[in-house]
Amino acid sequence: MAKITLDNLAHSYSPNPSGPEDYALKQLDHDWVDGEAYALLGASGCGKSTLLNIISGLLQPSQGRILFDGKDVTHAPTAQRNIAQVFQFPVVYDTMTVRQNLAFPLRNRGAEASYIAQRVQEIAGMIGMEDVLDRKAQGLTADAKQKISLGRGMVREDVNALLFDEPLTVIDPHMKWELRTQLKSLHQQFGHTMIYVTHDQTEALTFADKVVVMYDGRVVQMGTPQELFERPEHTFVGYFIGSPGMNVLEAQVEGDRAVIDGHEIALGQGFGRPSGKVELGVRPEFTRLVASGGLPASIRRVEDVGRHKIVRAEVLGRPVNVILPEGEAIPADAAQVAFAPEGVNIYSDGWRVAPRATTPEGAAA
Amino acid sequence: MNKTVNQKAWFLVLPVLVLVAFSAIIPLMTVVNYSVQDSFGNNEFFWAGLEWFEEMLESERMWAALWRQLAFSAIILAIEIPLGIFVALNMPKSGFWASFCLVLMSLPLLIPWNVVGTIWQIFGRVDIGLLGYTLDAIGIDYNYTQNFYAAWATVIVMDVWHWTSLVALLAYAGLQSIPDAYYQAAKIDQASRWAVFRYIELPKMAGVLMIAILLRFMDSFMIYTEPFVVTGGGPGNSTTFLSIDLVKMALGQFDLGPAAAFSIMYFLVILLISWVFYTVMTNMDKRDGA
Repeated sequence: MAKITLDNLAHSYSPNPSGPEDYALKQLDHDWVDGEAYALLGASGCGKSTLLNIISGLLQPSQGRILFDGKDVTHAPTAQRNIAQVFQFPVVYDTMTVRQNLAFPLRNRGAEASYIAQRVQEIAGMIGMEDVLDRKAQGLTADAKQKISLGRGMVREDVNALLFDEPLTVIDPHMKWELRTQLKSLHQQFGHTMIYVTHDQTEALTFADKVVVMYDGRVVQMGTPQELFERPEHTFVGYFIGSPGMNVLEAQVEGDRAVIDGHEIALGQGFGRPSGKVELGVRPEFTRLVASGGLPASIRRVEDVGRHKIVRAEVLGRPVNVILPEGEAIPADAAQVAFAPEGVNIYSDGWRVAPRATTPEGAAA
Repeated sequence: MNKTVNQKAWFLVLPVLVLVAFSAIIPLMTVVNYSVQDSFGNNEFFWAGLEWFEEMLESERMWAALWRQLAFSAIILAIEIPLGIFVALNMPKSGFWASFCLVLMSLPLLIPWNVVGTIWQIFGRVDIGLLGYTLDAIGIDYNYTQNFYAAWATVIVMDVWHWTSLVALLAYAGLQSIPDAYYQAAKIDQASRWAVFRYIELPKMAGVLMIAILLRFMDSFMIYTEPFVVTGGGPGNSTTFLSIDLVKMALGQFDLGPAAAFSIMYFLVILLISWVFYTVMTNMDKRDGA
């Protein structure tokens, strides 16, 4: 187990990158604290897998260093890094039995037979495959194969980190829950550093202590699920996390008020005078339907998702989603949409603007 | 569910049936016809029953040709399959050099059989051939027209030169179909190069290798042109393989009856061995899947 430091890291797949757009992974400094469970969340093609492959040594970064507990391993081959990695599509050794598959990483490292046998038995119990241990791996279902891959990843006790690259994509929904829970309890039990790549927010939020959100080759925010929900640092985090995502409206902001098409909104906090493209972001959970005191709105559609209702409204020609809590009906006189000030974030060129203490100076600026 | 029954659909298979009849069944039947009769010059035929088959089964000449043939096929398989795999493993995976290698490898496959024979016939000549002259010059007694070993070595090397590409190309196709994740997982698991070959590459190539073995076996078992051009079956009868012997018997001696019986048995042997290969290999697959 080790602390993993990314120092000034960047990667481009083109041999002569000419600009930032050529980089799959833009410059990055980051510490993965020993023993934490991280989720690496982002849309497809945002550089998540690239980052993972650099950590495990399957890829050599174009620039920067990787340190395990302060030791430079940037050019060390995968085998020396003692990392476990599970891939999106199940990789099993077809001609081996399930038992041989699970034992393979240990055998290659010259572990003792008795230790291997005991360890394989433990892992088989963990992934629920004790009764098929002596079956050939070929011909098993995709989720059984993926469980073997997971098992192979977990069989070594001394790994520096466990990396998962969207491992549950091919698994049945009910098995997903089960395996994720097992991974989590495994983490609590053994305290391996785990990095879990996914594009599924539920998976990320339930698995990890810390969620790292990536967008376009950059880490845009790292935080607890709650931080990501309440204070998205980037509009991408806002609409990527949450269902539905954050409402983002272009606005002019001055001090503690925002103006959208001539309609004024009190923000409760001062934001100075942000430059660039200024946007107001508010989650549907902090948005209410009211009779007056908000922005004029028309309701397009209501989706009842069981626990709550999602109201798809249109505010000044822009779509806005509102979540109605359980049991609450749509007010008959709902003609406007209001935002709860504590749930409003202001963004400049996509990045969150920290509120300042409300001062007369801010209002006057 | 109601199935539509329309017996007229049989007419749709008729063209294929006619084609196969003309290309395979009718020619085969003429051979069957010859094999049970004794023929004389002015188109006279006499019923001979299974006489020719009995004669052929007792013929030492035929058995000798069969063993020679089996030895030849076994040797070229034992060389071409591992060599083809080795070449495929060492070919570049992508880029200009991959295409370059593929074109280079395909070249021998495009050369007509008797041109291959001619090339090696000249190449191996002691007086003007580069190979023969060189070997002779460094003191190796090489003469494929007189020396048994030289003749065998020449026909084997020639076949390896001509056909290893086919095995390599098939194996290469098999290798290309292996997703990167397998190699990555193997690295993570710290698998040795040998383990990667044994547990990833070989199982994934098994299907195409089966095809390669079958193709090479059938082709080598029927080989005629190349050794005939180079050695003419000699020295003595040492490189007289089944086809060469058959042609000698049918066209050289005009023994149509025995030759026809011989042909049928030859055909059955190929069919039998191919079937055994196929069954063993598909069973191997099934057992792995069980």
